[in-house]
Amino acid sequence: MTQASAITLIGWPRKLRTLFAVHYAEMMEFRAEIALWAVATMLPLIMMGVWAQAGESGKFPFSQVEVFRYFIVVYLIRQVTISWIIHHFEFLVVTGRLSPMLLHPVDPCIRFILMHLGEQLTRLPFALAIVGVFLFLYPQTITGGPEGTLWWPGWQNIVLAVIACYTAFLLRFFMQYALSMAAFWHERVAAMDAILFLPYMFFSGLIFPFEVLPDPLREILLWTPFPYMVWFPAALIVHGEAPILRGFLTMFIWTAVFFILYRYLWHKGLKHYSAMGA
Amino acid sequence: MPRHLNILRIFWSASISAEMEYRVNFLMAAITSVMTLAGTVLMLFLFYRTGYQMGGWPWRDALAVVGVFTFLEGTQSTFMTPNRTRVTEHVREGTLDFVLLKPVDSQFWLSVRSISLWGLPNILMGLVIVAYALVTRESSPHLTGVLLGGIAMLLAVLMLYSIGYLLSTISIWYIKLYNITMAMQALVETGRYPITAYPAAYQVFFTFVLPVAFMTTVPAQLMTARGGAGWLLGAAVVAGLLLMLSIAFWRFALRYYTSASS
Repeated sequence: MTQASAITLIGWPRKLRTLFAVHYAEMMEFRAEIALWAVATMLPLIMMGVWAQAGESGKFPFSQVEVFRYFIVVYLIRQVTISWIIHHFEFLVVTGRLSPMLLHPVDPCIRFILMHLGEQLTRLPFALAIVGVFLFLYPQTITGGPEGTLWWPGWQNIVLAVIACYTAFLLRFFMQYALSMAAFWHERVAAMDAILFLPYMFFSGLIFPFEVLPDPLREILLWTPFPYMVWFPAALIVHGEAPILRGFLTMFIWTAVFFILYRYLWHKGLKHYSAMGA
Repeated sequence: MPRHLNILRIFWSASISAEMEYRVNFLMAAITSVMTLAGTVLMLFLFYRTGYQMGGWPWRDALAVVGVFTFLEGTQSTFMTPNRTRVTEHVREGTLDFVLLKPVDSQFWLSVRSISLWGLPNILMGLVIVAYALVTRESSPHLTGVLLGGIAMLLAVLMLYSIGYLLSTISIWYIKLYNITMAMQALVETGRYPITAYPAAYQVFFTFVLPVAFMTTVPAQLMTARGGAGWLLGAAVVAGLLLMLSIAFWRFALRYYTSASS
């Protein structure tokens, strides 16, 4: 934080806004590719099909309408919590392009976060279009409530879920960013992310609602960071039955752990990096 | 033909020795494959533990679908993925010129240039699961059914290849679309489960638009004697059409290729 402390705090909002605008414009250049990412992240919507059929059978603790709501919300949450920093960071370190960024008065981490937000905003319209297709196919998602009432999660749940969503983004981001620091010592860290991605895919609620898990397994998983990246914010919106206090507390603690880990490895890594003459 | 086989031998032995430089990565890929498979079986278990049968498929038969999918995933990452990304690279850097000048069919060259061993664990595990599912199911499988299913699996490889090549051909015009195969792969994930486990709209899309149903459900169907030879015929027609389409589209696209330097 040494570089950052030199700057007065007053200038920050403007700086962040400018940087965000820059990165948003940069990402808009890649919109064709980013639109494809909206398709490439459709796994929850594919799983929605299988679970919807299962929900119809009455053998599961949820109805078909709840399945539609859950997975459409999960898909949207996925859109604002994706992190790809490890690929970018590997590229910056291997090609040495990290060096000029270090001379900048703003910590690269802040730029990376704004880059992600810019990319998310670019992707959002495409994701909304995809959600539109599914709502058209399955209008009962909205209308399927009791006595034909339209679906409305309530303001309180929405606000909580949005906060949870962005905390989830930071959690996922710092988890991956901490791992990215290995790039200072290794050439191919992006491949390591595959190992982290698996528990994320299977235990975050991305491909099944947590309600189907046997109780002991669910209890164990609730101590790990993964369910809070997808299931927790989704549950807040879909039925509001989520352990709110425990959820936010666990999220904050894990985010702090990964943040501290990243700061520690960052300082260690930078010494190693400059020692290589880069 | 013998000349092509000779080329294959040279390309692949070179690829494998290059690959041997990254043994740790191979180990990681193997661990990832095992974990993914464990996760998929766990998923299947979450469905079946309540007594629900996916689209009317009993547990073993659904397991056979998972096996076919895992096998296809392996063939894809061994034979197709390493070549797909290169097409874009060649177009961007203009090195496609050199490929076109070679006295071999350019599509053949671009499709078989390299292989990667990363998919081997999936190929092996996929076959083992199919065998396990077939041997342990109540009524033992008929030899003809298994043979037909095997042919259907090879047709599935052909379909996957053709669709992938069709999509990478687009990079002749739009280099920025190189992630298009990633998007396709995400949709192919549907094949992990029998097609009848999905709602009607999904079934229509994944049979007629992106023929995933022919890739995993049909082979498993034939092997578990759930479907007649008519399905095999359908798969053969789809695979043949896709292959011809990929060849025709590549020839068409090449007319628009103006190399990077000229």
